[in-house]
Amino acid sequence: MSTFTFDGGPVPFRPGQTVGAALVAAGRPAWRTTRVSGSPRGIFCGIGICFDCLVTVDGEPNQRACLVRAEPGQTVTTQEGTGHEHD
Amino acid sequence: MSTTDVLLIGAGPAGLACAATILAHSDLSVVVLDAGHGPGGQYWRQPAPAAGPNALVPGELADLHHDQTTFAELLQEVQRGRAEGRLELRSEQHVWSLVPVGDGYAAHTVDRAGGPSRTAGSTTRARAVLVATGAYDRALPFPGWDLPGVMTVGGLQALLKAGGVAAGRRVAIGGTGPFLLPVAAGLARRGSTVVGVYEANRPTLWLREARAVARNPAKLGEGAGYAGTLIRHRVPVRTGRMIVAAHGTDRVEAVTVARLDRAGRPVVGSEHRLAVDAVGVGWGFTPQLDLAVTLGVDRRPDVAGTEVVAVDDLQRTSRPGVYAAGEVCGVGGAALAVAEGTLAGAAIVADLGRGAAPESLVRQGRRSVDRLRGFADAILRAHPVPAGWADRLEPQTVVCRCEEVSYAAVRAAIDERGAGDARQVKQLTRTGMGWCQGRVCGYAAGLLTCGAPGPAVERLVSAPVPLGALADAAAGSDD
Amino acid sequence: MTRAVIVGAGIVGAACAEALTRHGVDVVVVDRNPVGSGTTSRGEGNILVSDKGPGAELALAQLSRRAWLEVGDLLGRERIELEEKGGVVVARTGAGLDSLHAFAEGQRAAGVTALDVADPLALEPHLAPDIPGAVHYPEDMQVQPVLAAAELLAAAVDRGATFRGGLDAHAAVTDSDGSVSGIRAASGEVLEADVVINAAGTWGGEVSERLGAPVPVLPRRGFILVTEPLPPLVRHKVYSADYVDNVGSSDAGLETSCVVEGTRRGTILIGASRERVGFDTSLSVTVVETLARQAVTIFPFLARVNLLRVYRGFRPYCPDHLPVIGPDPRAPGVIHACGHEGAGIGLAAGTARLVSDYVTGGLTATTAGEWAALLPDRFAGLNKEARQQA
Repeated sequence: MSTFTFDGGPVPFRPGQTVGAALVAAGRPAWRTTRVSGSPRGIFCGIGICFDCLVTVDGEPNQRACLVRAEPGQTVTTQEGTGHEHD
Repeated sequence: MSTTDVLLIGAGPAGLACAATILAHSDLSVVVLDAGHGPGGQYWRQPAPAAGPNALVPGELADLHHDQTTFAELLQEVQRGRAEGRLELRSEQHVWSLVPVGDGYAAHTVDRAGGPSRTAGSTTRARAVLVATGAYDRALPFPGWDLPGVMTVGGLQALLKAGGVAAGRRVAIGGTGPFLLPVAAGLARRGSTVVGVYEANRPTLWLREARAVARNPAKLGEGAGYAGTLIRHRVPVRTGRMIVAAHGTDRVEAVTVARLDRAGRPVVGSEHRLAVDAVGVGWGFTPQLDLAVTLGVDRRPDVAGTEVVAVDDLQRTSRPGVYAAGEVCGVGGAALAVAEGTLAGAAIVADLGRGAAPESLVRQGRRSVDRLRGFADAILRAHPVPAGWADRLEPQTVVCRCEEVSYAAVRAAIDERGAGDARQVKQLTRTGMGWCQGRVCGYAAGLLTCGAPGPAVERLVSAPVPLGALADAAAGSDD
Repeated sequence: MTRAVIVGAGIVGAACAEALTRHGVDVVVVDRNPVGSGTTSRGEGNILVSDKGPGAELALAQLSRRAWLEVGDLLGRERIELEEKGGVVVARTGAGLDSLHAFAEGQRAAGVTALDVADPLALEPHLAPDIPGAVHYPEDMQVQPVLAAAELLAAAVDRGATFRGGLDAHAAVTDSDGSVSGIRAASGEVLEADVVINAAGTWGGEVSERLGAPVPVLPRRGFILVTEPLPPLVRHKVYSADYVDNVGSSDAGLETSCVVEGTRRGTILIGASRERVGFDTSLSVTVVETLARQAVTIFPFLARVNLLRVYRGFRPYCPDHLPVIGPDPRAPGVIHACGHEGAGIGLAAGTARLVSDYVTGGLTATTAGEWAALLPDRFAGLNKEARQQA
């Protein structure tokens, strides 16, 4: 099984899936907190329109999990606020 | 920068049909730009191309699709065009601006094919351009709609079609329109328990649409297929009902469903609560008009008051060299998009003087468009947003998900500051100023302020662009 | 009681309404559109002294700055997001730094606080490290223009003013002696007034023709880039020194000089371009790319930040780049208050003071003193062709 890491732990995926699909399949509905209220968010529109599923991939913040292809060895991390809080 | 005769924006049903027509009946060169991982658009959405023993292959998801034959035929044409060097299909390309240049147009694009760390800008110029950018789900706010696990029905469908993933074990589906059914059916086939499909409207509205139904027996058959699946999986389909709240702390755990009265208002005391771990909602679709609006092409209201691109009977817009097909001309589904894309292809080869599509193809295309547009209009009339959609909003319900603007703040802008349209609400409250630029909340903001969708919003930048990519382009043009 | 009709519910019209009602004037504000929906909604919200050399405009900016602080105290600074954030002008070359220092010297003589900054990174830690020097203008401020216009108008309405949205001022009602005694709406409705104030911004030229007192106000297109939301990485209004030259330029072509600033909600605004292309609404990709390049040069971290939105506006400018403020001798009863180019937000509060003084304070064209340079008389020699050429 191919895997990427999410917040340090392995997440399995099938090649062809997006990061978002793999996280949902792994039972994780959220991977971001909003910058005002800190609410958890995950996929909403699923097609790149709503930007709710933003996530940090290999250090690049604000990637749409519903669009980014899952790749073996990728490092995916929960995104807090703007995604640039530690810049 | 690359140059081509014809640029097609969108590789969904409309774009593919247009490409196939141009390839078959002219010697024009074609570039197709698409934001997805491969051709198909939302309707024929596929997993990203992948290899390996465990890779997702389109075949295993075929049962989730409808009319695969047409897709296969169009793909075959496209592949032939690629092999002949006449067509280039570029995936993961996000067009952020389409502007007139000289006697043609230039599409400025963010190339995301290299992955998150390697985005770059590119430009494609063409004499003629087709805007076939499709549509996206229309969502309306309700208490709890920002909980993880609550998605649009299109989001649920995309996870199924492109990822083979059912987003929940117990799923409630709500909203209005025929699209709720295939999504529920797909989830049921993939092992989810669909606790209910809650269609806000009642089938009696369809009684007025007998003519449109009679002319489109295939649509009836398609609907019957989904209904059969839902019956087999014992999925209850309830009309005149609406999901009025989602509950949970860190993710959705339950929904409340209420019955709607004849006026479309939730009936007090009719509520019941259901445990779920995922929710899909959809109130139809909003055409993706950004590129068309900034080009300034004429628009018209559809039968529900949503602005769509106005075209002549060969899909020409008011701007010479700009064509439009598919959902941007009015949401109507894949078969209509294919017919419109075919007509646009015929118009393009004729207008550029580089060939001619057979008269029979054009006649047939026009007949299909006429018949299918009639059905699409019937859907819009039979599936309006119920008058009481906002009755159960709470002051703290988030309206703008990006900027986290509450219903109370939006109400204050309307009631205390006299905001009369979505733009003013935006200026006063930041509703629609975040990442999605109002694509999600704009429809609700329009309904709350003036009871109508309002005019299409102008977005001069139709997709986010890294400033570094723009800066590099500026540096390049100095050389 | 004096009756005033204000044509235009942008920031200038709203500020005039607030100022006039403070002095008991009976005010009706009319606009074709909702409050603050024209150029007011298309700007950064600059209240600047830093970009102006000595003269009438700087004097107005200084008056306006004080007036804005009073308005802020009246309405609540939070409500209109009024912030004394200060401006930092950076030079990009040694020669640029020399001319910036010379410019600042002149401003200091006119009473502006302009502090030479030896270490720009101490003020703005994310600046490019090779910036040779900067000048700090602590008096520069920022306001949220649409909120400010809405609150100013609301304050006026609280004092009895009326706002008539969706009303187009079609023509002046002119008495036999040539003086103006009101306006006629497109519907035929007449609003009687002792004074009619032309606060129509970019459309001030058109309105002035309808009032029989034409002044040359022309559109100058500008684009502003808006980024994704970020933590506060840019503290001041930061701009490159060539901004100072661009503002007063009459060159017809494209001018860009970068102004970068953060907003309360985290987005960064990048302005500002200036083009004289009439009311052409199309997007110039060259402008967007050039502004992005300039911004990334000043703040390298921006290269990884996404542009989410571009907004476009049409600044109202007069050929000599000064606003036109004061009574029009050709049509007694008409007072102009428009043509502020890119400085309308900043100059609005001061403009309202002058208008209020002309209406109720006994100020006249002959006693205007330092404000005489802003009077409409200066265009007396301009015929229509010359205006169009300009």
